Amino acid sequence: MIRDHFRVLAVNLSSRKGEIVHLDGRNSEAGGSGLAALLFNKYGLPEHPWNDPRQPVIFAIGPLTGYFPLMSKTVCSFKSPYHDQYTESHAGGRSALSLFFANLDALVIIGKAKRLCCVSISSRSLEIKDVSFMKGMTVDESGKILRTISKGSGHRTTLRIGPAGENGSAMANINVDTYRHFGRLGGGAALGAKNCKAILIHGDAIFPGIKNKEYNKLFEKVYQQVTATDMMKKYHNLGTPANLQGLNDIKSLPWRNLQATSDPAIDKINGERFATDNLLRNSACSGCPVGCIHVGFVREMFDANHRYTFKQVAYDYEMIFSLGTMLGVTETRAILNILDLMEKAGLDAMSGGVALAWATEATEKGFISEKESGVRLSFGDAEGYQLATEMLGNGVNDFYRLLGQGSLKAAREYGGVDFACVLGQEMAGYATGEVFFAAQSLGFRHSHLDSGAYSYDQKHSDQDIRGAVDFLINDEAGRAFMTSMVACLFARGVYKEELLADCLHSIGYPELAASIDPLGKHIQKLRWQTRIATGFSPEGTTIPKRFFKIKTWKGPIDPDYLNNLKSEYGKAIMGLAGA
Amino acid sequence: MKKLTAPRIDRCIGCHSCSLTCARLVHKQISWDTAGIRIKSSGGLTTGFQAIYCLACNPAPCATACPTGAFSQRKGGGVIVKKKLCIDCGECVTACPIGAVSQDHSGAVYVCIHCGRCVDFCPHNCLEMEEVKTAATAEEN
Repeated sequence: MIRDHFRVLAVNLSSRKGEIVHLDGRNSEAGGSGLAALLFNKYGLPEHPWNDPRQPVIFAIGPLTGYFPLMSKTVCSFKSPYHDQYTESHAGGRSALSLFFANLDALVIIGKAKRLCCVSISSRSLEIKDVSFMKGMTVDESGKILRTISKGSGHRTTLRIGPAGENGSAMANINVDTYRHFGRLGGGAALGAKNCKAILIHGDAIFPGIKNKEYNKLFEKVYQQVTATDMMKKYHNLGTPANLQGLNDIKSLPWRNLQATSDPAIDKINGERFATDNLLRNSACSGCPVGCIHVGFVREMFDANHRYTFKQVAYDYEMIFSLGTMLGVTETRAILNILDLMEKAGLDAMSGGVALAWATEATEKGFISEKESGVRLSFGDAEGYQLATEMLGNGVNDFYRLLGQGSLKAAREYGGVDFACVLGQEMAGYATGEVFFAAQSLGFRHSHLDSGAYSYDQKHSDQDIRGAVDFLINDEAGRAFMTSMVACLFARGVYKEELLADCLHSIGYPELAASIDPLGKHIQKLRWQTRIATGFSPEGTTIPKRFFKIKTWKGPIDPDYLNNLKSEYGKAIMGLAGA
Repeated sequence: MKKLTAPRIDRCIGCHSCSLTCARLVHKQISWDTAGIRIKSSGGLTTGFQAIYCLACNPAPCATACPTGAFSQRKGGGVIVKKKLCIDCGECVTACPIGAVSQDHSGAVYVCIHCGRCVDFCPHNCLEMEEVKTAATAEEN
């Protein structure tokens, strides 16, 4: 709802009470990323560990949520179990509109329940239910039960964690409405540490329409741009898997734990192949007519007498990279089967796949054996990876529990640090060159979406440290504003600054409309200051040797360029934060 | 006389654009509840979506149930709504066999008036305005 302040519900699981808080800052922190940082500074304890019951898990939306297409994301922020520093993770599904129609700008969960619980809210209700019976339950099992014990079908979001989150895995995600996730950096464990299995948000509020006549015209213009033009075509056609072939062609797609950057087998698992053989249907986040969610279908005969079961699994570029090319698995069906188990365990499929890739090479090199991994891991052996996924999710032994904290942590214990494909966290699927490696290593979320570094790499073969660092810093500021609205970053080609200003103006936020550029920089600074207060330093992240030994379309990685780039980027981050 | 239909609802991606449009353009609100068409998942997201909207009954039980004439029979099916006559009793909500009439927290009711504003905002062309075959048009055909 349009208001000059933030309306926040803070739920304390220890006292089992909620509090509505009205907070200033609409014209300075805007919402989303900015609001999440503001709230962490209010509720967070920078010097205390991530699993201190007092630490907050924050969900925030922005001023454009619910008012324009593709303003469909929620920012989740928390102190990460992965690095014990402040971070964000973003997801769509129905989360943003449900929070919006619950008449909240943010939901903050603090405290720790005595027993496993489910927080259920709407614009007119708050309930904390005991769900001890869900202990250890997979994401799909708990989802089915949660749907039956709550109301608001179609107008509610169902956030839940799997066994991985309950076990404290730093790769545990928060599942959002089955097909979306707050995936990276362990948000699932942050909720698990609070004994919070699920959060149900029923969006049942009704807000007055916008009286400004320009609003409806502008809405229609944006709607036309995202549906009737080619601007969003790549996202709803083959979807992000369309990039697999292209990146493989330019030797930038990691294969078999980044031992190669291209392989002819890509034609078995590229975007066309998935669309032809496995795409069942598309789905969308609420408020987004693009429908970029690609739901894949796998049919399995479990009995010789033609008895079948079937699975529906949403796939994207990143999962095909992490569970396909990175593991040397070159069958679409096999990739979806591993992904299905990652989903059930509540594991981030990107991190989980890259971790298993490290474990496979560690097996090949003799650092670990079946004694640790429970199954002989071998590139291309999909059945082995299915078993390993379940063991990783359940944390069945010391090895898997440590691996769930991060590949590099396991490598430090068992050996194999040089080939752990970790850039701040398990790498995203872009071996495009030095700029991306430096950018993910030090990026705010260690995400490929922190900035357009992988795109920059593909357009620049020259070595321009100043130019690259300026690009990363400026691009991040623009994205910080987008994620404060909160826009889907797929819409960044549509929502240019002028259009964002028009949108904000049309619904009554003239101050925000007039200060997009400085606000982006302010929010970028605030986020970094918040992270630095929790322990970040550029020197704390190292780039393993594997990244220095590969060849991209530009040729071999230049170690000096990569090291200098990382060093200068780190200085620029600390400089902008005033640290 | 036309009525709203959803002949291709199997293509629905659950974006709620239709509901949001109805609320925004017809009822002048920002909502996905106060709309003549509402989307829900049919048994969980893995089984697709269902559109809840007025099926243009003739006679319409909601019109019969309405004690004040706020809902009256529309020629060809459905109802004509006169909000000024409505006393928010909710009888129409109870009478509708498929739950197509919704009621907000204040008691105000919302039903599809078959205006077709939502049709152009469905990205997968699930919705369509269909000519109602009245007795006269059936004879002409």
